Amino acid sequence: MAFEVQLPHVGESVTEAVIGKWLKSPGDVIEKYDPLVEVITDKVVMDVPSPITGTLIEILASEGETVLMGAVIAEMEPQENEINSEISDMHTPAESRIGTLVEGANVGPTGGEFLDTSLKPFEPTSQNVAETALNSEKHQKGFSPVVSRLATQHGVDLNTLTGTGLGGRVTKKDVLAAVEVSPSDELPTLSSEDRIVEPTAIRKMISDHMVKSMSEIPHAWSAVEVDVTGMVDWRTKNRLLFEEQYGVGLTYLPITLYVVAAALKSNEIINSTWSDDKIVIKGAINIGVAVAASEGLIVPVIHQANDLSIVDVARALDSVIKRARDGSTTLDDVQGGTFTLNNTGALGSVWGGAIINHPQAAILTTEAIVKRPVVVSEKGEDTVRVHSMMNICLSFDHRIIDGAEASKFLQAVKLGLESIDGSSKFE
Amino acid sequence: MAEQTVIESVRNTMQAEMRRDDSVIFLGEDIGARGGVFLASDGFVEEFGASRVIDTPLAESSICGVALGAAVNGMRPIAEIQFADFVWPAINQIIGEASKVRYGTYGVKNAPMTIRVPYGGGVRGGLYHSQSVEVLFAHTPGLSVVAPATPYDMKGLLASAIRSDDPVIVLEHKRTYRLVKGEVPSEEYTIPIGKAEIKRPGTDMTVVTYGLMLHYALQAAELAADSGIDVEVLDLRTLRPIDADSITESVSRTGKVLIVQEDTPAVSISSEVSAIIGERCFFDLDGPITRLAPPEIPPMPFSPIQEAAFMPSSDTIFQAITKLAEL
Amino acid sequence: MDERVWLLNRQGKAAIAASAQGHEAAQVACVEATDPSKDHYLTYYRQFTAMIALNTEPEEMLRGFLAKADDPMSAARQFPLHGAHPRVDLFNFSNVIATQLPQAAGVALADKLRGFDAVTVVFFGDGASSQGDTHEAMNFAGIHKLPVVFFCENNRYAISVPLDKQMGIESIATRAAGYGFPGVQVDGTDIVAVYEATYAAVKRARAGQGPTLIEASVERLLPHTTDDDHTRYRSAEDIAQIPERDPIRIVSAMLRRRNLLTKSQDEAIHISAKERVNVATEIVDAEPYPGVETMFDHTDVDPRGRN
Repeated sequence: MAFEVQLPHVGESVTEAVIGKWLKSPGDVIEKYDPLVEVITDKVVMDVPSPITGTLIEILASEGETVLMGAVIAEMEPQENEINSEISDMHTPAESRIGTLVEGANVGPTGGEFLDTSLKPFEPTSQNVAETALNSEKHQKGFSPVVSRLATQHGVDLNTLTGTGLGGRVTKKDVLAAVEVSPSDELPTLSSEDRIVEPTAIRKMISDHMVKSMSEIPHAWSAVEVDVTGMVDWRTKNRLLFEEQYGVGLTYLPITLYVVAAALKSNEIINSTWSDDKIVIKGAINIGVAVAASEGLIVPVIHQANDLSIVDVARALDSVIKRARDGSTTLDDVQGGTFTLNNTGALGSVWGGAIINHPQAAILTTEAIVKRPVVVSEKGEDTVRVHSMMNICLSFDHRIIDGAEASKFLQAVKLGLESIDGSSKFE
Repeated sequence: MAEQTVIESVRNTMQAEMRRDDSVIFLGEDIGARGGVFLASDGFVEEFGASRVIDTPLAESSICGVALGAAVNGMRPIAEIQFADFVWPAINQIIGEASKVRYGTYGVKNAPMTIRVPYGGGVRGGLYHSQSVEVLFAHTPGLSVVAPATPYDMKGLLASAIRSDDPVIVLEHKRTYRLVKGEVPSEEYTIPIGKAEIKRPGTDMTVVTYGLMLHYALQAAELAADSGIDVEVLDLRTLRPIDADSITESVSRTGKVLIVQEDTPAVSISSEVSAIIGERCFFDLDGPITRLAPPEIPPMPFSPIQEAAFMPSSDTIFQAITKLAEL
Repeated sequence: MDERVWLLNRQGKAAIAASAQGHEAAQVACVEATDPSKDHYLTYYRQFTAMIALNTEPEEMLRGFLAKADDPMSAARQFPLHGAHPRVDLFNFSNVIATQLPQAAGVALADKLRGFDAVTVVFFGDGASSQGDTHEAMNFAGIHKLPVVFFCENNRYAISVPLDKQMGIESIATRAAGYGFPGVQVDGTDIVAVYEATYAAVKRARAGQGPTLIEASVERLLPHTTDDDHTRYRSAEDIAQIPERDPIRIVSAMLRRRNLLTKSQDEAIHISAKERVNVATEIVDAEPYPGVETMFDHTDVDPRGRN
């Protein structure tokens, strides 16, 4: 009986390799441990030794082919006494030893020959076949022991899986399929120089949240450059007065949030969520702002942002961010968000592909404002000026939003920001 | 209310049923003049006469065959097999014949007979006065099999058996005859065949059992309570038909199950209970179905240390409960 | 009827049949000496003629052989002629040999306890007489002087096992002495002799004098059943002498000798019997088999299954 040679697992985070050179040919008699084939991984080139003594029958992976580790790359015929040591005890008998049914053979009730002319085949219907217990709701919603075990072993979040079993039950196959989608099922090995950091509860939550978002939402990205020279000018001119008059600082954040709120109002598809196979357009526009708090990232929310003036926005932001920073955020502060704004530019980033705050449909980053030479048109002539440029990057749920809608939204934000100049007035 | 032992309950119940219904007759070895080797029919021949209380020849097949014939001709016989270990010659008449009377005659005939079988060990009975014989009967369509382990249950189930219009095997654990004493109401009552009973409610696990083991399981549950483990004890009472609904209700609630029996485990009542739980409680189990039963040797050695090692005890049951609770 | 069911078997319609040919005189004579309005009859698989003599209808018997739904004895759950008849107290619970003997003792016990005037006739063959149950039943019946007629039809073959391999004695009837009651051996083809022996036994029983064992010597004209081939174990000479012991021939010859039957009457009986059988066959052949839905009748099983 043929022995299947598998591509062994080599290296910790490597899952596949390229077949280099076959060192043996079909028909060759090979000793156990003889070099069989050269394989190339991104870390190493190595020879795979033969796992058994025997004859190479067939090569199943060709030179230059990329093969997953564990896949069968060749078949060998084991040497006689190899069978017991290499092949498991379970072997099936030849069909001739099982036997076949003899057509027309008949046996009467007590041993004689009787050709029954009354036999009718039994037709099972739903009426005459016994029910099984496998129909209850428990069976559909429960996770079987093997599903739980495999999920734990391979780090699969069962709540993210769609079950293909009866009534949507997550089956063993579903878990294994999810494992194949994510690469290596081997945990990385630790070396003595490594240090383990136990994640905090918040870190774990963030981790789960990020995994959930990335595994459920098909992310796509789009970005535009925004000429914020005018906005910068306006802020410079109005900052001190604003702070004096309203008691809160004037950063770019309330301005961008104000503009984004308006853009969401006119692009409501961005302010939505994918739920239960349907797109739900959210009525309220509640914009969350990512804040680095002491324990980790939190996202306090400005509710009904499109109804607020810039002053209101500035005030609201000031208080939620204060609370976030000193750890007194309330549940109301963080609930109900329909869109998220992340000022990654504050740390110098010029481009971001943020992860959508599940179950929202999109997230916008505002990147660093950098003075750059840009080509502007003055009096019909192209010329180079130094302008303040800020990239804004949108990550969006491609189930709901296509590139066109993403672009339209980005253009609305861009336009809103670029229409600000030193003399703008706000409510 | 009077307290009775199990054997007293047997006697009083048979007596009441024979007084209540003239067609009830009783046959077996030594049940007449001697009053039965366990005194189950002490005084009966004096009260009911030799035509209704019949000392039979030493011939188990015909004890049951004659009872069957009488049953299909208007009587309601109780046949006693003196010890379960001697029931084997009667298997033909019980399983081969009696169980199929109603089905095989499409209801033209039925056999309202009761076969009482003292069984079980822990009495220094050796290989031939200790056997558990429930499995073959519990497997047989057309038979009912009950195993009451308390004086109260004995009255209710023996009465139901005698009044049943089809064959019922009543398994009486001989160790419980004098060991177990309890209240038995004097008024008439029956317990339906086919209903298990929670003898001790609990939340951490279910112990499913029957016969003498019920009492050891209850003792073990008390020990477990001191260790903070809350054990529910479910007494099957009927072995055919097994009360699958009660088993399901209890085990799906507690999530863990220990099946305790005195019979050897291969192809036994515990096998059937395990299958029922596997079929119906799969998504409610918090641990594997666990069985506690004697080793696979012929039940059971005569000498004392080996007999004690063979039988499950309250200690070994307690150990098994603890292990299952820790899981 | 007997010949017809054999034919139906060869046609693939009747799965199994055991012939009573050779036993007819013994069975008819025995039945005639009893009272079907009050007596009980525990039969075994070869009592076809006795059952006809007990006023069952040909259609009823054929329904059993053809396994049709309206088989009155078991709704075709059992082999033909097994089950219990709804009109006559005639029953045969199983295909197991000799289990009916202790049951017969029990039936008789119940009658005796209540003082009923009824006799229990239990039929069995030479093979059955070896079973432990036969010994236990006769022992019990003898102790309690039960009103039982133990009617043994000895055709010298238990399927293929001949009498000298079945027992160390010549006559089964002699065993009765071991149980304390009379045993009588008669020529089973002599219809008058069987009648007289049975009549005497029934009288004894009704008088409370206890059981009798009657051994009727008969010939088995055909193999054990439609599944058997007796040329495999009976010598050619043995088979050749079979027709001489055909009770139909013997009885009709005896009646004609005594001028109680003319040749044309004899022929007419055969013709009308054949017509009756033809009618019955046609009726029953057209009837339906029991459907799946009746398989659970008289049980409390849920047809949809426990799981």
